Amino acid sequence: MVAAVFHHTLDSRPAAAPKPVPAAAAPPPPQPASTARTSRPPFDWRGLWLAVLPPIIGLALLVGVWALLTMNSSTFPTPAATFEAAVKLFADPFYRKGPNDQGIGWNILFSLERVAAGFGLAASVGIPMGFILGRFSFINRMVNPLVSLLRPVSPLAWLPIGLLVFKAANPAAIWTIFICSIWPMIINTAVGVQRVPQDYLNVARVLNLSEWKVITKILFPAVLPYMLTGVRLSVGTAWLVIVAAEMLTGGVGIGFWVWDEWNNLNVKHIIIAIFVIGIVGLLLEQLLITIARRFSYDEH
Amino acid sequence: MTSTEYIKVENVEMVFETRKGRFHALHDINLTVAQGEFVTLIGHSGCGKSTLLNLVAGLTLPTSGVLLCDQREIAAPGPERAVVFQNHSLLPWLTCAENVHLAVERVFGAREGKAQLQARTAAALELVGMAHALNKRPHEISGGMKQRVGIARALAMEPKVLLLDEPFGALDALTRAHLQDELLKIVARARSTVVMVTHDVDEAVLLSDRIVMMSNGPAATLGEILPVPLPRPRNRVDLAADATYVQCRKQVLDFLYRRHGQPQQLAA
Repeated sequence: MVAAVFHHTLDSRPAAAPKPVPAAAAPPPPQPASTARTSRPPFDWRGLWLAVLPPIIGLALLVGVWALLTMNSSTFPTPAATFEAAVKLFADPFYRKGPNDQGIGWNILFSLERVAAGFGLAASVGIPMGFILGRFSFINRMVNPLVSLLRPVSPLAWLPIGLLVFKAANPAAIWTIFICSIWPMIINTAVGVQRVPQDYLNVARVLNLSEWKVITKILFPAVLPYMLTGVRLSVGTAWLVIVAAEMLTGGVGIGFWVWDEWNNLNVKHIIIAIFVIGIVGLLLEQLLITIARRFSYDEH
Repeated sequence: MTSTEYIKVENVEMVFETRKGRFHALHDINLTVAQGEFVTLIGHSGCGKSTLLNLVAGLTLPTSGVLLCDQREIAAPGPERAVVFQNHSLLPWLTCAENVHLAVERVFGAREGKAQLQARTAAALELVGMAHALNKRPHEISGGMKQRVGIARALAMEPKVLLLDEPFGALDALTRAHLQDELLKIVARARSTVVMVTHDVDEAVLLSDRIVMMSNGPAATLGEILPVPLPRPRNRVDLAADATYVQCRKQVLDFLYRRHGQPQQLAA
């Protein structure tokens, strides 16, 4: 009876008492091994190979197939020719020879500027809207069908509306980016707000925190990871949209440049552009992943 | 004059409207808790003990009936009734000190300076033996430590009533025993009024002045209230052979397993 009462403390003692002998005898053998390991950590070659080798093989395979297919082609450039053209192109990325002939660097920068403007506007509208939708279920139910309806619309369908309203190409392109990249931010922020654990909100209620403290200390940090996911998706979408929009609106920009080179039948440059668009998109994504990691918190 | 009826629960009914229909959780609950008293609510899981605690906390409001604390109706949560949650509920993006400070700032921020608030935060963490983890985040410390910080956050508010919702339920037996001893000391020092939910019979007998045993839900009621006439300070090792202790423990076990068997067994 008594033993049962204090089973917590007593049960563990008899179990622990005989242990020390084998426990003291057991450690010595692994100890020398562990000290040897800490004093001279073997370099993890295998891990390095596994991290570096597969991507290199993948890339080599792509270039190899490309070279094989274009061996006897007269219209499609070979990898070597494309590389040569790229070297020439990037030797002077910031030249200006009139409005329709500017360096690739300028084209990329102008595109990024449009993306930044459109995406910035989308973030400043979409994130607060997401908070409102997450907080008030009535508004959520009111707006949800509209979001579902408008979200799948192709970016190019929005362009004529932009042209009509703004009567200029550049604002129309920015408008298209805005409207296409706003949805992931609205949706993810709203979901984040809805998923703030009830426990945290209970803490806020018990402590009787002010609305401002609830927002800054509980809601915002809890929603941030979701919000950043939305931002990441949005930037990806924005970068996708800009190429298509610029093809139609013209001006200086990577999308227009692709179209311009197609008109010049300069296929090498088109292929270079594809790589450049891919790499810039990758860098944007990585930048945001880094930011997201910096601001996300560990549960448990 | 009010010290015998510091918390008063009168004819409380609790009905939840769920998707599956109405669920009658609590029926005709009447309970008074005196100032400085340690009361535990014990019962099988699902009997509504946490619901009753949430009512006292003000997190939920009763369907009918009245709850009073210090002669005022409980209409909302407030810092004078601090809650220690079952799963500690520390904010993962704040350090231990910031978690406690959030509570301290709310209660004393209007009257005291920054240095004083910080001293309070440090003192609360010191009290639960967590002074070394001021700048650690919750995911860097163990479950027992998190629960200590949760208790520190509650105590730092200098609440009139401390509400504990199975605070040691998720901990291993040794850590639990240790924290129970700590809680006994802390409560004795602060002379707090405590209402605690538990399903651990030993814990209930060791800590309480009175044990409130609840019948199984739905429509759970207070089955029996058992006074624990053991002198304080209490020592778990000495009590093991104490006749009163053994008798109290037996009575609770008898209530829980003979007269109100586990709901699963009844269903089977």
